[in-house]
Amino acid sequence: MHFEGEHLLPGQIGHFFVLLAFVASILSTIGYFTASRTADTLLKASWIRFARISFRTQVFAVMGVFITIFYICSHHYFEYMYAYKHASLELEPKYLLACIWEGQEGSFLLWTIWHSVLGMILIRKSKDWEAPVMSVVSLAQFFLLMMILGIYFFGERIGSSPFTLTRNEIEGPIFSMPNYLTFIKDGIGLNVLLRNYWMVIHPPILFLGFASTIIPFSYAYAGIQTKRFGEWIQPALPWALISACVLGTGIMMGGKWAYESLTFGGYWGWDPVENASLVPWLILVAGMHTMVIYKATGNSLRASYLFAFLTFIFILYSTFLTRTGILGDTSVHAFTEAGNAMNIMILSFVGVFTLSALTLFLVHLKRIPTELKEERMDSREFWMFIGSVVIFLGAMFIIAKTSVPVYNKIFGTKIAPAEDVEFSYNKLIILVAIIIGLLSAVTQYFKYKGSPGTSILKKIALPTLIAALITALLVIFYPITYYRQGAGFLGAIYVALFAAIYALVSNAAYIFIVLHGKMKSAGASVAHAGFALLLVGILLSSANKKVISNSGANGINLPASKDPMTKKQDDPTENLTLVRQVPASMGPYEVTYLRDSAGKEKGRKFYQVQFERKDPVTKNTLEHFNLWPDVYLMKDNNMSSNPDTKNYLNRDIFTYISYVVSDAYNSTDTSRFIVHEMATGDTAYYNNGYLVLNGVVKNPSNEKYHFKPTDAALMADITLFGKDSMHYRASPLLMVDSIGLNMVDDTVYAQNLYIKFAGVTDNRRIKLGIRQSDQIIDFITLKAYIFPYINLVWLGLVIMAIGLIMSAARRAKLSSFYTRAVLVLAGAAIFYMFLLAN
Amino acid sequence: MKRTHIILLIAIAAMIVGLIVFSAGDFSTYDTIGSAQQNPGKFVHLIAKIDRSQPIEYDPVKNPNYLSFYATDSLGGRTKVIFRNSKPTDLEKSERIVMKGKMTSDHFECNDILLKCPSKYKDDKKELEKTISNLPG
Repeated sequence: MHFEGEHLLPGQIGHFFVLLAFVASILSTIGYFTASRTADTLLKASWIRFARISFRTQVFAVMGVFITIFYICSHHYFEYMYAYKHASLELEPKYLLACIWEGQEGSFLLWTIWHSVLGMILIRKSKDWEAPVMSVVSLAQFFLLMMILGIYFFGERIGSSPFTLTRNEIEGPIFSMPNYLTFIKDGIGLNVLLRNYWMVIHPPILFLGFASTIIPFSYAYAGIQTKRFGEWIQPALPWALISACVLGTGIMMGGKWAYESLTFGGYWGWDPVENASLVPWLILVAGMHTMVIYKATGNSLRASYLFAFLTFIFILYSTFLTRTGILGDTSVHAFTEAGNAMNIMILSFVGVFTLSALTLFLVHLKRIPTELKEERMDSREFWMFIGSVVIFLGAMFIIAKTSVPVYNKIFGTKIAPAEDVEFSYNKLIILVAIIIGLLSAVTQYFKYKGSPGTSILKKIALPTLIAALITALLVIFYPITYYRQGAGFLGAIYVALFAAIYALVSNAAYIFIVLHGKMKSAGASVAHAGFALLLVGILLSSANKKVISNSGANGINLPASKDPMTKKQDDPTENLTLVRQVPASMGPYEVTYLRDSAGKEKGRKFYQVQFERKDPVTKNTLEHFNLWPDVYLMKDNNMSSNPDTKNYLNRDIFTYISYVVSDAYNSTDTSRFIVHEMATGDTAYYNNGYLVLNGVVKNPSNEKYHFKPTDAALMADITLFGKDSMHYRASPLLMVDSIGLNMVDDTVYAQNLYIKFAGVTDNRRIKLGIRQSDQIIDFITLKAYIFPYINLVWLGLVIMAIGLIMSAARRAKLSSFYTRAVLVLAGAAIFYMFLLAN
Repeated sequence: MKRTHIILLIAIAAMIVGLIVFSAGDFSTYDTIGSAQQNPGKFVHLIAKIDRSQPIEYDPVKNPNYLSFYATDSLGGRTKVIFRNSKPTDLEKSERIVMKGKMTSDHFECNDILLKCPSKYKDDKKELEKTISNLPG
């Protein structure tokens, strides 16, 4: 059958590029691998030449694949499954990229693109390490490209191509018609939850982080393969630092995204998907430190190998966890089952890299040189090593817990997560945080190979004192109120706070006391100070996070019930219903839901919620702001909710709609308008009070209406006086426009009243229609939190990233001009993204 | 034996002991409604379906923190569920829900309801086929 209106050429081109890239990746793997095993210089050079051509071909083809997908999605060719699933006509252009990496295939492609970019840099920069390093990168490309190959091999489909046709992928009666495309008017489009600028920026950064971890891995492999067991550290270390910077930033972007636009109620929830990317980062950080130790003292080389290998291995393991559907019910954002063939491919990707790296490591373990001399207790490397081991064990703890669904699968057990998942992580990780905080506070003050004498105590005395003082002030003036888990955990929070503040102060002091302000060598101190600030922010914002929408605060709601089992008072239930225009008290605020308005997108609705803080004595308004949380109402009455946040320097007021009815249920209301003729100053009565006409305004220009003097509009300015002694304003409108006479009614929900400007009489009076309804008309249910000092989290991350870049630039011996340029650009970009763009 | 080795061994031993001590009570189980009713008060995860023959009760104007409905599981168990929170948005749509909580004498007191986030429906071929079949044509 010939189908009408299909554009088959782009798909064929795209598929050709996929095949070309796949074949080229095989050739470049073979080329580089052979070159790395060839001793003969001439032969080696020619193999490298061959491999380079293959790799560049692969890069070219991968770019071709990407451009083709982009073309298909941006032209809305819904005959392609990928465009049908991920693009739609109303999708704004800025989300076109986002809709490409929303899908499984697109995100593999993104990863491949970053490997390509990094590979091109390595070809230029890695000199005599090129052959072994690039053979690993090429092999990874082979596996990644296989995931999007989409060819049949003995009846089994290998990889899932982004160029498959909709009619081949899904069944439906319309596909038996040649003109089926005319029925597919629109694609499904990007999930509304994901329509956010973080969806544009977070995946590329995170995948760059993922992709960059292959470089330390490749160098470690190269170290063993070339038998230059210790030399690889030198070129690999700057890469490890950059990788830690990018991956760390990428992970926290996910946190910021979750915080800003999803309704999980925070930036971190120990979700398996979050853990899966945190664990490789922690191992990378541990490895980065052992690499530094090796460079300074010759110790910890074996640990450096292990950590470099494990970082990438756990990146692959996290791919396995999040993409095979094995996490199942434990995660809110893992992909679904991708099909058996896909699972086997992902498993083989993980398996090949894990087994070969660990085998190589164990076989050559004895040949990897170690220092025979014992480290001294007063040496810097000793405490750095302890710190690395603690970080690594923390990572192992996290991944062991996260892997429970894997054990269930293998052993057929039915272990479910803990009752309080977050606390089951927090209670152990807080110990890790305490140890790491203390270690990063003091370790820099030790010298490598031992620091005899008492100068350390003298130098560190002042920072210790300051940190103790700040902590004491905090205990007095800003106590932690996290009583939920008992006194022991509260104590641990305080100790961790001290450790984090100590690390912050002593690393900042180190720059002045020891380095005498020389910023060039201060990368490590800056990064540690940033990390410490991040910890302080995490501790304060989580421990003192407050729900202010707990319903006890509002007369409408029933008080929280008692737990039937424990007979203890439940957590205050967290939702509050706000009836339109009826103020309710919420924490320190008086909160009123004022009105709703339609957003640009179909089905999107914003709700204006006014927050007012009044002086308890004088009743003057001290603070006043509006938040606009919004929801997308979708078919089936389902909705997705986007929070809105008021940012202060020291806290965020965070609110989102937890429930809303799409249509006010007043459609069955049959009450009629009663018309009153009124002059300025006249009074009219209704059931619950009376209203006064203050005057009639011609062509009003105010918050609600924007008319020009040349328009023809009249607004009635009305004040209502309720029996409950509340006052309300109403401003119905009458206007003449090109269509004719037009009325804009006003509604005073708190009084269940509609007011219509029904006309003008001859004797300078106006006709006012009043309709009373006996039903509550409009309400929203929302949740609101206060996150104190959350900006410290983002600021800490920014500083840490800057410190890591400083260290990387110094280790890579970058000229000071480039260092400054990179620092200013990257620093400004990250600062903008985390602290300004809102 | 070097000091670092000793520290490594101690750290690993501490880690294992710590894990056992700390995590002993940290796991729960996936149960059926029937077995949960045998053990009232035990914290469990239930995998169940919403019983659509019964109304889902949620009136946010009266109390935004009270949701109740009936759930059934594949083994024929049936229970009333009370969730003292707002109604999850995709509840009616979901085919399968995971609930955390404790069984009491007459209902399941639920702390948390896990639904798949909506992006997951997209990868479900059946959902897509349903969408396609509903197109006018």
